[in-house]
Amino acid sequence: MRDSRRYERVAFGVMAAATGIIIAPVLIILFIVLWYGVPGLSLEFLTAMPRDGMRAGGIFPAIVGTLVLTIGTAIFSIPLGILAAIYLNEYAGKNWMTRLVEISIINLAGIPSIVYGLFGLGLFVTFLGFGASILAGSLTLAIMTLPVIITATREALSSVPQQFREVSFSLGASRWQTVRGVVLPNAIPGILTGTILGLSRAAGETAPILFTVAAFYLPRLPESVFDQVMALPYHIYVLSTQVPNVSMKIQYSTVLVLVGMVFIMNIIAAYIRSKFRKRKTW
Amino acid sequence: MSRKFEYFIEKAIFLSGAASIVFVALIFIFLLKEGLSLFSEVNVFSFLFGTNWYPISDPPQFGILPLILGSLFVTFGAIVIAVPLGLGAAIYTAEVAPKSIRGILKSGIELLAAIPSIVLGFIGIIFLGPVLKNIFQLQSGLTALAGSIMLAFMAMPTIVSIIEDAIVSVPKSYKEGSLALGATHWQTIYRVILPAAASGILAAIMLGIGRVIGETMAVLMITGNAAIMPTSFLQPVRTLTATIAAEMGEAVSGSSHYYSLFAIGIILFIISFIINVLADIFMHRGKANR
Repeated sequence: MRDSRRYERVAFGVMAAATGIIIAPVLIILFIVLWYGVPGLSLEFLTAMPRDGMRAGGIFPAIVGTLVLTIGTAIFSIPLGILAAIYLNEYAGKNWMTRLVEISIINLAGIPSIVYGLFGLGLFVTFLGFGASILAGSLTLAIMTLPVIITATREALSSVPQQFREVSFSLGASRWQTVRGVVLPNAIPGILTGTILGLSRAAGETAPILFTVAAFYLPRLPESVFDQVMALPYHIYVLSTQVPNVSMKIQYSTVLVLVGMVFIMNIIAAYIRSKFRKRKTW
Repeated sequence: MSRKFEYFIEKAIFLSGAASIVFVALIFIFLLKEGLSLFSEVNVFSFLFGTNWYPISDPPQFGILPLILGSLFVTFGAIVIAVPLGLGAAIYTAEVAPKSIRGILKSGIELLAAIPSIVLGFIGIIFLGPVLKNIFQLQSGLTALAGSIMLAFMAMPTIVSIIEDAIVSVPKSYKEGSLALGATHWQTIYRVILPAAASGILAAIMLGIGRVIGETMAVLMITGNAAIMPTSFLQPVRTLTATIAAEMGEAVSGSSHYYSLFAIGIILFIISFIINVLADIFMHRGKANR
C-alpha cells in the first residue's frame, strides 16, 4: 500500500512536469516576442510604408492587408457557417445526408492549409479568373475557416435547452420563427466566441494566401478587391527567410504586431464567453 | 414575417448545409484536374517511389519518395514527443490538478494553439536552430529534429484537449467503483479511466498526426529544406507540404512542375481524408461504448 502511494506521487509529479514542459515554452515565446519586439514599435512603424527593400520604414500595408483579408473572410464565412450550423442542428434529421455533411466538415477541418492554397489557386485565381487578389484570398481563407465556425455555432445552438423550442412551437411559431426568435438570441455569445477564434486563425495563416493574394513587396494600399495585398504572416516569412540583412528589430516588431492582433481577438472571444457564461440561468 | 421570406431563408439554410459537401468535392476535383495532367508524362510508380526530386533540371525528375519520407520522419518524431507529453498533461489537467489552477492550465494550452505557425517557425529559426546546432555540433540546426520538436508543440493543443475530453467523459461511476474497492487515484487512472478513454486517445493521436503532416510554414522554415533521402533526424529534410509552398511561386503555370505540385496536393488530400475518417470512427466508437 505504501508503494502504491509512492508510485502515485511519482506519476503525478511526472504528469505535472509534462504540463509544465508544454506551457513553459508558450510563456517563453511570448516573453521573447515582447522583449525584443516592443523597442521597435513606434507610430511610424505601424503607419508608414516600408522603405529600402523592407529594411526600413513601417509595415502599414501589411497590417491593412491582414485586416482586409480578415474582414473578407468574415463576410463570406460567417453567414454561410451560421446557416450551415442551423441546418445541422435545427433542420437536419438523422439520415445519410446529415452524416455526409458531418463527414465533409470533419474533412474540411483536416485538409492541410497548403492544399487550400492550391485549391484557391486552381479555382479562384485561375479558373474563375480573379487573379491573385483580395477576393481570391478571402474566399480561400473563408472556406478554410468554415468548419471552425460551423462547429462552434452548432455547439452554441445545441446548448440552448430543448424546452425553449418546444414552448415556442406550442405557441404556434414555425420552425424558422423559433430559430430566429428563440434559439439564435440565446446562442449569440457562443457563436461570437467561435467565430472570432476562427477568424483569428485565418488572420495568422500564411500557406493559403501564398499563391492567392499575398504580395512580396507592395508599398501602397489596395484599391479594389482584385488587388494583391501584403499580409503580416507572409511579411514575416519574407523578412526572416527571403530578404537578407533585415534588422532583427524590424522582424521581432512585425512578429509582435501579428501576435498582438491574434491575441486581442482571442482575448475578446474569452471575454464574451466568460461574461455570458455568468449570465446564463438555465 | 412574410411566408415568402421564410421559404427563401429555409432554402438558404439547406443550401448552406450542403455547401460543405460541395467544397470538399470541389477541392478534390480541382486537385485532380491540375494534378492528373502530370501522369501523362510520368508514371504513378516512378512519381511515388522515385528517389530523385529534381523538378527543374533537364530532363526533370519527379520522384517524391524523399519528400514522403521527410514528412514521415518529421511526423514520427513529433508524435513520439507530443503523445507522452500530451497524455501526461491531459491526465494532469483533467484528474490531478487542483480546481483552482485547472482553468489557468487550459488557457495556457489554448494560448499555444493561438500562436500562428509562422511565428513558431520564426522562433525556431532564431532560437531552436542555434540551440540544436550547439548541442549536436552540427553545421546547421535546421534539421528533421528541429521540425519534430516545433511540430510536437503545434500538435499538443489538439492532442491534450481531445484526450482531456475523453477522460472527462468517462462515467463517474467507473472511477467511484474503483476508488471504493481501495485502489489509489493513480491506479484508478491507469487501470480504469485510461482504458475506458482509449478510443478518444486514439482519435487524439490520429488528429495530432493530421495536424503535423499538414503543417506547412513552420516546417518550411526550420527543417532545412533539402529534398534528399533522409537517413537521420540530425539532417535537413523537406516535407510534402513545404515543397508545394517553396516551389509553387516559381513553377510556370501549366508546366509539368506545376502539375507535379498539384499531384503532391492529391497525396496530401488523400492522407488527410484517411486520417480524419479514422479519427471520426474512433471518436464515435468511444461514444457508442457508453
